[in-house]
Amino acid sequence: MGHQAWARAISRRNWFAILVPLAFASPLGAQSSSITVFAAASLTAAFTEIATRFETAGGPNVIFNFAGSQQLVAQLDQAAKVEVFASADQRWMDHARDAGRLAGPSTVFVRNRLVVITPRANPGGINRLEDLARPGKKLVLAAAMVPAGQYSRQVLTRLGRRPDFGANYPARVLANLVSEEDNVKAVVAKVQLGEADAGIVYRSDITPSIAREVSIIDLPDSANVIAQYPIAVLTTAPNPSAARAFVDFVLSREGQAILARYGFEPVSGK
Amino acid sequence: MAIAVATIVLVLLLLLPLVGILLRVDPAQVFQRLGEKPVLDALWLSVKTSTIVTVVVVCLGLPAAYLLATREFAGKRCLETLVDLPMILPPTVSGFALLMAFGRAGIAGKTLSLFGLSLPFTTLGVVVAQVFMAVPFFIGPARAGFASVEQRYLDAAATLRASPSHIFWRVMIPLSRGSLLAGAAMAWARALGEFGATITFAGNLPGRTQTMPLAVYLAMQDDLDRAATLSILLVTMAVILLLGLRRTGLGLFAPRRDATRQPA
Repeated sequence: MGHQAWARAISRRNWFAILVPLAFASPLGAQSSSITVFAAASLTAAFTEIATRFETAGGPNVIFNFAGSQQLVAQLDQAAKVEVFASADQRWMDHARDAGRLAGPSTVFVRNRLVVITPRANPGGINRLEDLARPGKKLVLAAAMVPAGQYSRQVLTRLGRRPDFGANYPARVLANLVSEEDNVKAVVAKVQLGEADAGIVYRSDITPSIAREVSIIDLPDSANVIAQYPIAVLTTAPNPSAARAFVDFVLSREGQAILARYGFEPVSGK
Repeated sequence: MAIAVATIVLVLLLLLPLVGILLRVDPAQVFQRLGEKPVLDALWLSVKTSTIVTVVVVCLGLPAAYLLATREFAGKRCLETLVDLPMILPPTVSGFALLMAFGRAGIAGKTLSLFGLSLPFTTLGVVVAQVFMAVPFFIGPARAGFASVEQRYLDAAATLRASPSHIFWRVMIPLSRGSLLAGAAMAWARALGEFGATITFAGNLPGRTQTMPLAVYLAMQDDLDRAATLSILLVTMAVILLLGLRRTGLGLFAPRRDATRQPA
């Protein structure tokens, strides 16, 4: 048939009849086969493995958005259909709660601690915590609004209260700050690349491959913060039961074991 | 009919985001927030770096544009590709590449540190990143401008015994000044809006490396009003630039004499 004949055959009314049901079909099909999870950047590796196990065990496909928790909350305002939010601190979960996003109370599902890292070549010659305060060092931290950034500054403040560090320790260390990253993984990257002399990141960020390229300086437990990560199902969840199943899996013994393997500290597993 | 629909869609696509920003902010608030230190820091840093970058790009780009426009030489294709590359590369890739070259452990970085120069985390690093991204935006129009200068003017100058340098500065440049200025304006705009390479290579520190685009990105994550204020600033600067260029009737931005025809 000629072109014009085709056009007549598939008239405008016919197009609607074909396209509209298709438009409805795909989202519905997709909904029951995937859930969207917004999770803090530090959870990238652990949650990816949890999702694989979850899917193998019969759960729906999990689609992730990993970023700084503050950025995720900002995106929640714009995004529809997010099922689960896992934050690196209670502060940003509270923001989400105050904005009316949570379908129920949040649950702390894992803990984390901070460590100081330097490039393996240690160009800044930083071997002890006191060295961070020596002038002329290049320190990279997450920005203050990022959970890791907030925790880092808390740790510095706590160290400043100890007599062997001195009250102006936090100020001297922060004077060495050369960049504020918007998520903790970017801090890791700057240290790994050797551009920063030191950075403060989560213990869980020290994956085997990262461990080969950085040196770790431990923080004393008394000064360290214990980061509490809450998780919650959201009001925008198109599939609340699947969302709930994912959260339960994270809290289950298997989920907690996976988190522990990635350097997190599990909460008392079920 | 189809033309009208397509144009309306295009206008909506371009206009709605701008209107969206304007609606987000209360005008009184904008003036109030303009005085805040992070906003002023970012504004000053952006204006300072983009101006320096434009000067550097013009100085570095004029010779290359002249060569590409007037000469044939071995490797001309390579030079063309190289000069266009930053325009095609994703900015974060450019930033990463800059780190590999000029980072502390980079190819040239080690040499630079011998001279006491360090680029990452410095304002100079911001300038380098912006120069890298903005160069193609100047060389393109500059080369086109040089290439469009009619040979007879150059020949006439030569017969009057003008030196090559005199021909370049007193004949070629004035005759192509529209394109040169348009290219410089494009480079300035590109430098002003540069984000990916800057945050990757130079980092993000208020007052030192946090230019306006970086400040908007960070502000969107916890202070939407500041993000809106900075965005409106950037949009305003862009609009002023475009209108200013149109008024002076220069180069790419000159009011065009379009071929208007009566509908058949």
